[in-house]
Amino acid sequence: MAGRKIRVLLAKPGLDGHDRGAKVVAHAMKEAGMEVIYTGLHQTVQSIVNQAVQEDVDVIGLSIMSGAHVPISRKLMAMIREQGLDDIHVVVGGVIPARDFPAMKELGVEGIFPGGTPFDEIVDFIKRAVTGHQST
Amino acid sequence: MGVATYIKNEKNGVDKVVLNSGIEIKPVYTPEDLEQAGFSYDNDLGAPGEFPFTRGIHPLGYRSRDWTTRQYTGFGTPEQTNERFKLMIAHGQTGLNVAFDLPTQMGFDSDSPMAEGEVGRVGMAVDSLRDFEIAFEDIPLDRIGVGLTINAVACVMLAMYQAVAEKFGYSRTEISATPQNDILKEMVGRGAWVYPVEPAVRLIGDTIEYAMKELPKCNPVSVCGYHIRESGCTPAQEISYALMIAFAYIDNVVARGYRAEDFVGRFSFNLNIYGNLWETVAKFRAARKLWAKLLKERYDVQDKKALFLRGIFGGGGSGMTKQQPENNIMRGAYYALAAALSGAQTTALCSFDEAYTIPTERAALLSLRTFQILLEEVGLRDTVDPLAGSYFMETLTLQMEQKILEEMDKVAKIGGMVRAVSSGYVQAEVARQAYEWEKRLQKGLVTKVGVNKYTDGVDMEVELHQYNEEWPQIQTERLQELRRTRDAKGVKEALRAVEKAAREKKNVMAPLVEACKSYATVGEMADVFRQVFGEHIEPSIF
Repeated sequence: MAGRKIRVLLAKPGLDGHDRGAKVVAHAMKEAGMEVIYTGLHQTVQSIVNQAVQEDVDVIGLSIMSGAHVPISRKLMAMIREQGLDDIHVVVGGVIPARDFPAMKELGVEGIFPGGTPFDEIVDFIKRAVTGHQST
Repeated sequence: MGVATYIKNEKNGVDKVVLNSGIEIKPVYTPEDLEQAGFSYDNDLGAPGEFPFTRGIHPLGYRSRDWTTRQYTGFGTPEQTNERFKLMIAHGQTGLNVAFDLPTQMGFDSDSPMAEGEVGRVGMAVDSLRDFEIAFEDIPLDRIGVGLTINAVACVMLAMYQAVAEKFGYSRTEISATPQNDILKEMVGRGAWVYPVEPAVRLIGDTIEYAMKELPKCNPVSVCGYHIRESGCTPAQEISYALMIAFAYIDNVVARGYRAEDFVGRFSFNLNIYGNLWETVAKFRAARKLWAKLLKERYDVQDKKALFLRGIFGGGGSGMTKQQPENNIMRGAYYALAAALSGAQTTALCSFDEAYTIPTERAALLSLRTFQILLEEVGLRDTVDPLAGSYFMETLTLQMEQKILEEMDKVAKIGGMVRAVSSGYVQAEVARQAYEWEKRLQKGLVTKVGVNKYTDGVDMEVELHQYNEEWPQIQTERLQELRRTRDAKGVKEALRAVEKAAREKKNVMAPLVEACKSYATVGEMADVFRQVFGEHIEPSIF
């Protein structure tokens, strides 16, 4: 795997159309040397998982502003497990109140980045998660 | 978040101020600046209410009429929305601005699998005329202007509004609705699109044509720079893109053989206020002037009233912060000040809790009171365009005009807005600007109080507007009851007429009004267009 760029699928599940955050983070990840595949808006969880498989990504990043982050994450994590994709790291960004962090972590979401999280923090987290994973 | 970039020297003095649009502000302005910019009182200003309307579209400004306040309202079920409407009217609000939930905005019924978790969440759920009958009960539709914040299926909702008004005994000639109906900006910035670019623009053309003939008091399009700015573009780009979008719609209707003069007077704009005060005021003054000038030049529009840039200038959500949310009350007041100094005709403010969720009743009322204090207590109505003649403001207005024209030129070179959106050019440019902005914010080159400076204040608990898990059930039950009891054959025939018009490129509005009256659902009508037109696919910009 040496020299392979980290591949990230940035996804916008549901009907919510606020994609400024997702696009800004996509820019930051690209500038940090990652390959970014952006799904575009109005995705179902199923189509996100399908694209993750097709694109052979290391990370799925969900961007959710609608308030539905817990049920959407639950659905995604279940589908990932079902399909044996446990090696994909899942992170979630958007409007995520702190009181929901424990529930999200319990579902298996590794990183939670509410709006305004510094780019460096997101990038470092993903690098650590992916490389740490590869060395085990 | 729109504020200027400040470059400081070693003594912490400000060396350089660069506005978001890329214009550098000087420490002092004198008559020489006006001379250098080629300022002419007659050409660039003129009297308020006179071409080119830099100073506003009414000769006496707020002395002759108050601004209209139109807070964005609507949530849950139509019953609750109706209650909130009545509350806002009772407190002095003079127009309504209806928020729809996402399934409605995207043309899905409340029982569609795509609607799961979203019914009534960010606005009112509307499945059929029955919901409008509840939402608008006892609202004087001949006196209250109603904004309908919907785009992809705006034609359906405008038809629905006519249907409900007629059902209540009003004539279609006395109702005043302003559907947002700007699909190009959805494709750039707000994301509630359904159909591909060209048929989507055609549907807007249909509503404009229909309103011109049948709905004399309706404003069929509200062109929104607002959301494009929310998505990250500069203030100058906001106006450039809005004007280019308006031209795309005008061209669609002109191609049907009409004169722009006969319909463009009913276009309105929805533009954004946040960030730097001076840049904001200059932006609106330049926008009014350019709109009037370009309508004359491009479409030979002569009628004075058709040259007015009318619309809502509203306090932008992007300026609001989750951190230290009470600060947003102050921000809102300054945005309202900017609106008043700009001669806004209609205003709205994002409420202080809106970075979290849709506004609570208390927060929505505070926004309304902010406007009332400005006009009725502190003197913003005393004289028209109070900043006129300022060396600084007039220079800046001319500079903004240049910037706006430069950005318009870039879109024109691509072949206009339909092509610039189809290709993803505008989306890519807006995303790039948003990224550049965010980097400046994270590096501390721009200041956002409570976010990247003075962050140790108190984060208050915001009382949140509650989403009620029972709403989807109530709404779905009503919908299923409707499906059982309506005249199924009548619905089928009405939908067939809509389909025929869509396929034969005839105006879809009259058949839509009939379909609404037959209690066809929003999802059914939207699906007819899905079958005929297909769906939009986002151009890849990464």
